[in-house]
Formats: sequence, C-alpha cells, structure tokens
Amino acid sequence: MSKNKEYLIKRGNSEYEVIIGLEVHAQVLSKSKLFSDSPTNFGGEPNTQVSLVDAAFPGMLPVINEFCIKQAVKTGIGLNAAINKKSIFDRKNYFYADLPQGYQISQYKDPIVGEGSILLDLPDGEKKVGIERLHLEQDAGKSIHDIDPQNTLVDLNRSGVALMEIVSKPDLRSPEEVNLYIKKLRSIMRYLGTCDGNMQEGSLRADVNVSIRKTGDKKLGTRCEIKNVNSIKFMQMAIEYEANRQADILKEGGSIDQETRLFDTKKNETRSMRSKEDAHDYRYFPDPDLLPLELTDDFISKIKKEIPELPDEKKKRFVDKFKLTPYEANILVSDIETSKYFEDVIKNSDIKLATNWITGELFALLNDRNLEISQSPISSKNLSSLINLIKDGTISGKIAKTVFEIMANESKDPKSIIDEKGLKQQSDPKEIEKIVDDVIKENPKNVELFKSGKDKLFGFFVGQVMKKTDGKANPKLVNDILKNKLN
Amino acid sequence: MSDIINLTLSALIDKIKNKELSSQEITKAYIARAEKSKNLNTYITTDFENAIEKAKKFDEKGNFDYKLPGVPLAVKDLFCTNNLKTTAGSKILSNFIPSYESTVTQHLWDEGAILLGKLNCDEFAMGSSNETSFFGNVESPVGKKVVPGGSSGGSASALAAKLTPATIGTDTGGSIRQPASFTGTVGLKPTYGSCSRYGIVAFASSLDQAGPMTHDVSDAALMLDVISKYDTKDSTSVNFKRGDYFKSLSSNIKGKKIGIPKEYRVDGMPKEIESLWQDGITLLKKLGSKIIDISLPHTTYALPAYYIVAPAEASSNLARYDGVKYGYRSQGENLISMYENTRSEGFGDEVKRRIMIGTYVLSSGYYDAYYLKAQKIRRLIKNDFDEAYKSVDAILTPSTPSSAFKIGDKTDDPVSMYLNDIFTVPVNLSGLPAISIPAGKDKNNYPLGLQLIGKAFEEQNLLNISYSMEKELNFKNNLQDWWIK
Repeated sequence: MSKNKEYLIKRGNSEYEVIIGLEVHAQVLSKSKLFSDSPTNFGGEPNTQVSLVDAAFPGMLPVINEFCIKQAVKTGIGLNAAINKKSIFDRKNYFYADLPQGYQISQYKDPIVGEGSILLDLPDGEKKVGIERLHLEQDAGKSIHDIDPQNTLVDLNRSGVALMEIVSKPDLRSPEEVNLYIKKLRSIMRYLGTCDGNMQEGSLRADVNVSIRKTGDKKLGTRCEIKNVNSIKFMQMAIEYEANRQADILKEGGSIDQETRLFDTKKNETRSMRSKEDAHDYRYFPDPDLLPLELTDDFISKIKKEIPELPDEKKKRFVDKFKLTPYEANILVSDIETSKYFEDVIKNSDIKLATNWITGELFALLNDRNLEISQSPISSKNLSSLINLIKDGTISGKIAKTVFEIMANESKDPKSIIDEKGLKQQSDPKEIEKIVDDVIKENPKNVELFKSGKDKLFGFFVGQVMKKTDGKANPKLVNDILKNKLN
Repeated sequence: MSDIINLTLSALIDKIKNKELSSQEITKAYIARAEKSKNLNTYITTDFENAIEKAKKFDEKGNFDYKLPGVPLAVKDLFCTNNLKTTAGSKILSNFIPSYESTVTQHLWDEGAILLGKLNCDEFAMGSSNETSFFGNVESPVGKKVVPGGSSGGSASALAAKLTPATIGTDTGGSIRQPASFTGTVGLKPTYGSCSRYGIVAFASSLDQAGPMTHDVSDAALMLDVISKYDTKDSTSVNFKRGDYFKSLSSNIKGKKIGIPKEYRVDGMPKEIESLWQDGITLLKKLGSKIIDISLPHTTYALPAYYIVAPAEASSNLARYDGVKYGYRSQGENLISMYENTRSEGFGDEVKRRIMIGTYVLSSGYYDAYYLKAQKIRRLIKNDFDEAYKSVDAILTPSTPSSAFKIGDKTDDPVSMYLNDIFTVPVNLSGLPAISIPAGKDKNNYPLGLQLIGKAFEEQNLLNISYSMEKELNFKNNLQDWWIK
C-alpha cells in the first residue's frame, strides 16, 4: 500500500496510525429466539412476542434453538473460521430493567466459532482482516424513556433474540476500511442467509474499539470502546472524532484512559460512559441450565454442504469466466440479489452490454428511486431482451435509453414498447438513401462547403437525416450512404 | 376417617380402585385433618374447595386406570402451579400466581392426582429446618417445637402428620432426605436429570432435583414412576430408559455389595447415630448383602464446595426477582433504589447471605480461587464415587449427623446449620440418587434415618435394597396427634 493513501492523523511533527477493531452484533436470521419459541419479527406491538422464558418467570428454562446454532456455524464457515466442536453458554450477570433474567446468556470463554478472516477489496489490492471469534448470545429487551414522563417502559420483544457477536482483530486502519469491512461482512451473511444485515432495524450494530499509535510503533495504544453504533456513517464519524480526540490528548503529553464511550449522533462526538474502574464485574460462569454445546462432525459437514458460492469465489468466477474486470465483478457480487440478476440477464444476452447496463442505467435508476434490486421495475428478463434488441440492430443504443425509461415506468417488455411507439430502427438502405438525397437537395450550400474541405459538416448531415427519421435511422447505414453520396 | 389417613398411598389407591373408598371421602378426610392441624403451619396455600370439586368430578367419571386415581396430594410450594399462588416460601413471591404448571406436578395431575395445596418450605429452599420461610416456622409432628428439617420441611411435616398421603419435595443438598430422616418418613432424591426442573423455582440449577416423600418405599417407587420422565423443556433432563419401579420392587438383595465409607464416621457423631449405622450394616448382612469398607477421600471438602457452588448459582438464579416483572415491588426514586428496596425487603436473611456469598465467589479475582476450585472438588468427589462403584452396588450412610433439633437452636449459627447436610451434600454434587429411610429413634424418641446412595440412574437397585431393609426394620412413628385441635 502506498504511503500517501494511508489514513493518518497529524499533530505537529507526529503522525498517528489509527487502529480499529470491531465487535459486530448481527441478529441471527431465524423465526424464533435463541432459547425460546417466540417469534422474532421486527416492529411487533410491544410485548407481543414474549414467552414466559423470555420474561424470566420463575422455573422457566432455556432450551437451545438448533437452527440458531446452524446459522452461527454457517456464518463461521463463511468467515473461513474454525468451528469449535465444544462451546459453552455462560451467564453474564448484571441488573437492568430490560434484562429479565438478571443475566444475559452468552458465550464467554468457549465460543462456537474461533479464528477466521475476511478479504477486503481495497483500490490497490486485497487486505485480509482477521476474525478473532464469533459467539452466540441473547439480545436484551428495550427500555423506552420517552413515552411516559414518570416511568420507563420496557418492551421485551427483542429479549432473547439470537445475536452473533463477531469480533475482528485490531486490523482495520481507517474509516474507509471499516466501511468495506462491514459491507463485506454483511454481504457474506446475506449470501449465507444468516443475517439480513438491516441496520435500520438494528439487525447489525457494532461496538468500535479505537486506539492510535505513532507511525512505526509496534505497541498498541490504549483503546476506547465506542458502544452500540448502528450505521456505517456513524461508525466512520465516531472513529474520525475519537482518533482526533486521542491525538489531541497525546499531543499535549497526556495519556488515554481505557474507557467505554458513547457516540452522540447529534453533536457528532464521543463522550465517556464509564471508565475501566467503573466497568461491570459480570461474574461470568457457565449457565447450569444448559449443558455444554457439542457438535458432531456430521452436523458440521452437513452445514458445509449447504454453503453457497460466496462473494470471493463468485467474483473470481465472474472475472475468469465472464472476463469482467475485478472492479466490475466486485460491484456485481457484493449483493447476492444483484449477482443473481446479472446471471439471469446474461443467460441469453451479451455479457459486456449487460454489465454496462446493470452497473450504469439500472443502478442509477434504483439509486434514484431508493430501491433494492429485488424491487427493480425492470425484470432481468426484460433487460435481457432490451440488450438483445440493441445487439441485433433493432434499436440503437440511444433509442434503448428511451425504451429503458419507459420500461422503468411501465414495467412492459421492450419489444411491445418499441412496436407501440414505433421506435424500431430504420435499416432499409433504399429508404435511407431517399432521405439522404432529400437532405443533400435541401442544403446545397453546405454540400459545397463540405466538398471544399469543411469535414466537420458531416455531422450536420447525419443530424438532418436523424431529424427526418425521429432518430430511428440506423446510424451505421446513414454514415455509409452519406459518405458515398457526398464524395 | 382415621382409617383413611393411616393408609399408605398404595393401599389408598387399591381402595379407590376397588371402589371401597371414593376420592371425595379421601379428600375430605385429609382436608378435615389439615383443618385441625393448622398449628403445624405446614400449608402456605390451601386449595381445598377446588380439591373437593375435582374429587367429585373424579368420582363421577374418573379413570381408574390412572396411577394416582383421585388421590389428593399437597406439594412443596416450590413447584409452580397454574392459577394457584406459588411463593417459594418468600415474601418476594408472596403474591405470585403462575399461569403455568411445573412438569413434575403436571405428571401428578395427568395420572389422576388432585392438588390439596402448597406446603411450607425454607425460603427458595435455602435452609435445613424450615426456619427461613417468610410464612413462619413449621413444627414437626414428632415433637413440640421440633423442626421438621428443611428445606422440604412443610412437606415432611404434612406427610408425617398424615395431612397428605404422599408428597413431592426438592433436594439441592439434602432437602428431601434430611427432613424425611427428621420425621420418620421416606425421601428419595432421584439421579440429576431424572425429573424435569421445568416450573420449579430454581435454587441451584446444577443440584436441584425433585423427588417423592412417602410413608414407605413402595409409595416412593410408585411416585417415582409418575414423576420421572424425560422432558425436552429442561435441557438437563436425561432421556434414559426408566424402569417400572413399583412393579419391579424386589426384596431379594442377596449378593448385593454395599459400601461403608470410612470418611462418614465424623468427629462428634452421636453414639445413637453410630449404632443406627452399625445396626443397618448388620441388617444388610443378614439380608445376604456383602459389606465392603470403602473410601471416599474427598468427602471432607464436599460441604465447603457445596456452599460455594450452590450460592453462586443461587445469586444468579435469584437476580430475576427484581420487582420489575412480577412479585413484590418496593418503591424507589430510581431504578437502582427500587431494586435495592425490593430485594432488601423481599428476601430474608439466609437468602441474602447466600446471594452475597455467591456474588463474592463469582467476582473477578475470586472466581478461580472459589468457584473454579469448588467445581474441581466436585469432579474429585464424583470420581470418588465412580471409583467406589467399581466394587460396590450401593453405599450405606446415616442420613444426618444428628436427629431433629428444637426450633431456634441453630438459627444464630449458620455453620452448625449447614453441617446438617454433611452426609447428603456429596450426593447432589455427584448427581447420584439417594434415599433416606427411617431406621430408628434417638433417646427423645425422634426418628433417625439411614441413607442409601446408588449408581446414577439405578433407582431400582436403591429402592429394592431399602424395600428389603424396611420390611425388617418395621419402623413405626407412633405419633400421638398432640397438635390436633
């Protein structure tokens, strides 16, 4: 990586490198909770998705949801990580109104997934980011402070929902790398169907660990943990703020206190939540209600067989087989639905054109209307026929854009639009010749000027022919015939 | 009427099946006696009206093939009962009415039994004398102002006083066997994983186990048939092949090898306990068993390990009683002070003591020295038993190091109270089954019990040995009904 692209914080003569590690909390995509059979739907009326287990009634016991275990193992495999055949659920003890048990069931010393890695595509090559571990835990409920002026209200719908905590190594070095890391992680989990990655609904959030050190130093600086940041933009802003805050302290000869901080999205700053001294003593110990979780080789190998082609492999295939550039391939594989759409389109049409139309016109349209590709008004089948109509000369690329616009609004197939609107390209040489003759006859002055050497006027003649044909004349034929007649 | 209450459970069932007695007659007999026995303070909650109603229904169209056809039973107030107050002997749950039924009690009702009410117990099953209950002390029918033991003290007292033909308790460190021993009744703690913990207010999850308390061994076998079932709602429930315990009872124990652990001969053990044990050994020999001296070298560490593990789990299990969702809530100016007031007022001293011990031993910096070490000791104690079971089929010990004591005698000295569990605790730490059977009396005429410890999931063996001993011991409580008003 070239020096000038590094993200560094400068203070006087000192340059600081920013060291970032993420603890991502990803909600497991599953119908029911980690230890109960309550549903996990988003946005339900408060306390309508709560079982006696979730609300920690006396004598209620947790029973592991096997599907959530599968999802965690699947994700582990997707992160090229070691699957631990034995893992243990611990209790993390603390009191809070939205934590009904008075403890969170989580994996502490023995997580279900061990070390792995994620590849990031940086402009100047790939970067491997280490994964420290992935463990399963219960989500807490939600305390609502702003409905009742006297009381805090508690919604336990989320209580007990399965989360995967995915801890990265401190391998990230800039807000942009964090952006790419989150996007790649989300992409992998969506491919696997293990997390929908929906940050608006809180399915993906992260604790961000930030420290800085002078460039060239080997030893890590003291880190601060910024809790529960729920968008990539906020993560980047928080890192930016936090790295600069730390640099200011070091510049003044101060030292960083290890602490937990909160990011205030309104003021765009982090502020101290609690110091290391005030840190909770969670009194972790193995949950005696649950036996150690033991996975058989058979269980793991069955899951391995269910793993689909993941973004990195798919990208390689797109480059090798379809001769896409790595950049194009990256764009097309980052979202599984996009890659499916692309592969549907190219089943029956030109790859190069398809790539351009999807990454160009289609993405612009979706972006404009704020739509997912699955909601695209233009089906892969219709885009495929549009491309074929360009390829076989039925319409020009220019007309195609008009047709595309109509397709975007009317969701019709391109052929019927072309027929209805009479947009078909005029490719009969005799007809075009007639029009060319008319144009030459009507513009004797310009013909003279052209013949005397004013080459630029050729475009004028093309334009006149197109005008007379409403742009439908086959541009190649127009060119050829004009050249013939004028010379 | 006096005939009814003097019957064992199995005799009672026979009479119902033969239509000699109706469920209503029986239910009313037990209710009438309970009404006259209020000063024992065995019940926290009665459900007599409903019980009579259910008995009536049973008599009209009951299924006589059930294992407990129309039999009225009272149970320890640690089992959650649908629509009936369940307190765990605590102020903090004094207003709690579950909307669900524990698996074990559900099995009773599914076999035709009828709930009489909920029996007193130590608060959250923490105690050895029933003196920690928010609902007051329970007196034992064996003597005035004598404790029934604990924590299933209300159950033991109600059973011995013949207020219920049988009952179920829970045993975390001896809470079935010790009160059985103190009241001259039979108490069985099954192997951990036999009976579901679902719906039982948790004390120490890795140790808690429900079990029968009965007048004799046959009744215990019968009750075990009903309550020992695999349950997917309890992750620690074990799906093993359960026996047909009652039908398979046999008094032939010829050739059985019985171990006598030398470490249970503790300092200061009363002579009468020593001779009770000796008599038990003699009896077993007479019955054709082989007596083998064994060693369980880590026994001495069992009690300290127990008083680390059990409070640790309890401190976490009881965190849910915070005033937020159900149960007693005190006021406070903010969340923290509401917690503090609720828990200060809602829990009694013994519960608070154990929560504090448990919180301490799990704290960072102390975890390794206490909790982790206790878990290692637990493993060593289990290994001791495994080693012993290579040469013996069961182990005979006294149930308790002393007979029942007077109310108030030990309340100021928690350690001497804890020492009561010295013979019962190793069994819970190892997850093994054990039974206490009445085997004699002390100089005050208070009952004394012998404990038989078995191999995991071999309850039948345990039942057979105690069954054959019981026949020869011919123990009689001969209570004088002094408490009846």
